[in-house]
Amino acid sequence: MTSVSMTVNGKPVSGEVEGRTLLVEFLREGQGLTGTHVGCDTSQCGACVVHVNGEAVKACTIFAAEAEGAEVTTIEGMAEADGTLHPIQQAFQDHHGLQCGFCTPGMVMSAAALLKENPQPSPAEIRDYLEGNICRCTGYHNIVKAILAASGQDANAIAAE
Amino acid sequence: MPKDGGIGASTKRREDIRFLTGTGNYTDDINIRGQAYVHFLRSDVAHGRIKGIDTAEAEKMPGVVRIFTGADFEGVGGIPCGWQVTDRHGAPMQEPAHPVLAQGKVRHVGDPIAAVVAESREQARDAAEAIEVDIEDLPAVIDMKAALEDDAPKVHDDLSSNLCFDWGFVEENREAVDKAIKEAHHVTTLELINQRMVANPMEPRVVVGDYKRANDESTLYTTSQNPHVIRLLMGAFVLGIPEHKLRVVAPDVGGGFGSKIFHYAEEAFCTFAARKLARPVKWTCTRSEAFMTDAHGRDHVTKIELALDKDGKFLAIRTDTHANMGAYLSTFAPSVPTWLHGTLMAGNYTTPLIYVNVKAVFTNTVPVDAYRGAGRPEATFQLERVIDKAAREMEIDPVELRRKNFVREFPYATPVAVEYDTGDYDATLDRLLEMIDRDGFAARRAEAAKRGKLRGLGINCYIEACGIAPSNLVGQLGARAGLYESATVRVNATGSISVFTGSHSHGQGHETSFAQVMSEMIGIPAEQIDIVHGDTANSPMGMGTYGSRSIAVGGSAMVRATEKIIGKARKIAAHLMEAAEGDIEFKDGQFTVAGTDKAVAWGDVCLAAYVPHNYPLEELEPGLEETAFYDPANFTYPAGAYAAEVEVDPETGKVTVCGFAAADDFGNVINPMIVEGQVHGGLAQGIGQALLEGCVYDESGQLISGSYMDYAMPRADDFPAFRVDHSCATPCTHNPLGVKGCGEAGAIGSPPAIVNAVVDALQGGGIDVTHIDMPLSPGRVWQAIQGAN
Repeated sequence: MTSVSMTVNGKPVSGEVEGRTLLVEFLREGQGLTGTHVGCDTSQCGACVVHVNGEAVKACTIFAAEAEGAEVTTIEGMAEADGTLHPIQQAFQDHHGLQCGFCTPGMVMSAAALLKENPQPSPAEIRDYLEGNICRCTGYHNIVKAILAASGQDANAIAAE
Repeated sequence: MPKDGGIGASTKRREDIRFLTGTGNYTDDINIRGQAYVHFLRSDVAHGRIKGIDTAEAEKMPGVVRIFTGADFEGVGGIPCGWQVTDRHGAPMQEPAHPVLAQGKVRHVGDPIAAVVAESREQARDAAEAIEVDIEDLPAVIDMKAALEDDAPKVHDDLSSNLCFDWGFVEENREAVDKAIKEAHHVTTLELINQRMVANPMEPRVVVGDYKRANDESTLYTTSQNPHVIRLLMGAFVLGIPEHKLRVVAPDVGGGFGSKIFHYAEEAFCTFAARKLARPVKWTCTRSEAFMTDAHGRDHVTKIELALDKDGKFLAIRTDTHANMGAYLSTFAPSVPTWLHGTLMAGNYTTPLIYVNVKAVFTNTVPVDAYRGAGRPEATFQLERVIDKAAREMEIDPVELRRKNFVREFPYATPVAVEYDTGDYDATLDRLLEMIDRDGFAARRAEAAKRGKLRGLGINCYIEACGIAPSNLVGQLGARAGLYESATVRVNATGSISVFTGSHSHGQGHETSFAQVMSEMIGIPAEQIDIVHGDTANSPMGMGTYGSRSIAVGGSAMVRATEKIIGKARKIAAHLMEAAEGDIEFKDGQFTVAGTDKAVAWGDVCLAAYVPHNYPLEELEPGLEETAFYDPANFTYPAGAYAAEVEVDPETGKVTVCGFAAADDFGNVINPMIVEGQVHGGLAQGIGQALLEGCVYDESGQLISGSYMDYAMPRADDFPAFRVDHSCATPCTHNPLGVKGCGEAGAIGSPPAIVNAVVDALQGGGIDVTHIDMPLSPGRVWQAIQGAN
């Protein structure tokens, strides 16, 4: 067992982990942050995307011990303390960008990373960026609309592709 | 304009807040103090005889609580099948035993051999690796036609063959159909494969079994679309636990698409083990495990013949299908290729004579059962593909050929046992043609040709039977269950309402749309109404969510219960206002006396019901809570017309979907935003089937497509923006909301549109290809092009 310490959603946390413990397991089981989901075992679905030091990372692809000292943000850290949704979260609700909700935390975290990198992405750029996030419910249509809206663009521009 | 929060409003979903903030409660988020973890040791061969299982070393491993094998389940019931099909000759289908853990033989890769319960997930997994299993490999049968050969290895030694049943529908039509086809002016024949699919909801299955010895109560938390059905099947047929001692909870469930309807061995195992060990037992499926244990979908091999007269009128249809059941019969497997498929072979057309033959076959593969659309996509695909082929052969415009044969008078009794209550197929087709600018297609094709691309347009119709289902009818057809739905409407003392529904939401948004119906009926804000589902401890016996049935059947049950509530509230209001009950009017949450200014608000009536000081106690019980069970009089029949426009790169065979349009008739719509979202998702699964997805076994029964590395799940950049429309509405005539259901339409109507479009693209480029089997991967399209050249 190894000790790890990191900052999760602005709060210092620490725990004892096995060498093989994944960051997603540390978050879900060690910290009770069950908003980060596990949808596959080959690092493809993207349901576990979190931010590590500001970068989008699939939390199933790194060991908890690798995040030693890191600043980690999960879906639970996106809304304001008073419950006000982050603009991306709000856009997902406004444009029905989610159905069962299972892929949603990863989608929101990936969208946030995209908009940091590219504040006004085109519909094609959004679709391309979401390569690593699988959704089985929405057909992605309303996810693309939500991200367009969150970036301050016209959500109906999706039809202009 | 619809009222905000009422019927017809695109009300934002209330459930989104918890899903967007990471505070949903999915089954894997449930951890019970003291729980142990289970890991299943699964067969890595498709067919084998178990000669011995040595658990001695594994039992010494750290953290191991107990190891179970098939021997522990001697005398315990097997996983039951919920539907019995009778074959052409009047005999019941062959129904094999399906033990919770393998006994004697393993029959597919993934069949569970042993289960290790340990203190941690890792310890359970490590110990499973130390179990020694001696398996004698047996030859496996994967191909259905090979499985029916006389000398084929038998999946089940105690059955007479691998044929589950040979079904004819309608058997009495057989000779007349044969004659009509023999004598017809033109017969178009098409052989095709509707490939095996994996549902792949993003949340893998999870089971937590809990047991309280003090009061002998079991609780099962499970990723299910229908917790009451699981309670009945598992309680009565597998473990012998009566309903009052068994609670089944399906909390937030991350998608289902059919695969979470069925009762699975892992549910029975965790419930059983929790009782044996008197502690909670949890199993979390990995995605790789899901591929080899979740019931698969489709997997039909079909030959269809369509007979036409010289004007293009359809005279007869004959189809011959082999349907893969896999190694065991999953819960509703026999119903899918039969009653959910054969009854839809009339499509939107007046074909007078139809005969459907289905041979269901056991193979050494994962069991196959309902997947979004379930039987109806298989029917629609073959019918709409053969019509397109006939149009080309007879040089009739494919749209006009369809129009020549539309059903236009309703109700319409098909020759395959169902009666369409209402529809307007011209309207949805006209609307579709407005959406797609068909006249401009030639110019778009010419422009694509300049870029070296072949552009094609595919158009088709579809109809489906939803709102499943009238219990007496499905009982005659072999269902071992009723298919009504239930609701309890509990009005609280201050007028807020909790609705307990037997429907289950796993993405459909019932908490929002059901509340819209209630808000409309009662006239109070939707925020004062809660929709509760997914727990057998608080909901009346319900049949759950599948077959696009929730609003049509579950919504109708809620309406019936609410009508009872309003009826009673009207009596209370009459008493409070000292008026005759017949003079009471109820609108927008106010009871008034006709022709006077007397009024009493909803909340005051509710309070009077629970604080009955001024109350007609001699006539009425206090309280305001009613339950209704609704059994539909008929199926509902959503229908529509879909179009795909594609470009094929003849150099690589790659297909790009340039546009997709869907014009649907869903009857009345409660929440257009949710309905459109359902169509988008269905389209993605249908287009995914047409272009990308497919479950592949090799000849020895190894699952080749066993992870997201190998199974092509559609990504965002595989799709264009969808254009969807539901403005052509012919309300259902037999349910109180006039609704038809929208969950499966997209997956049913879209595969033929894509294939029709690709064939059109190739034909337009002078490449004589009449059919390509799905998925239309670049390799397959390229090979078809090479073959034609």
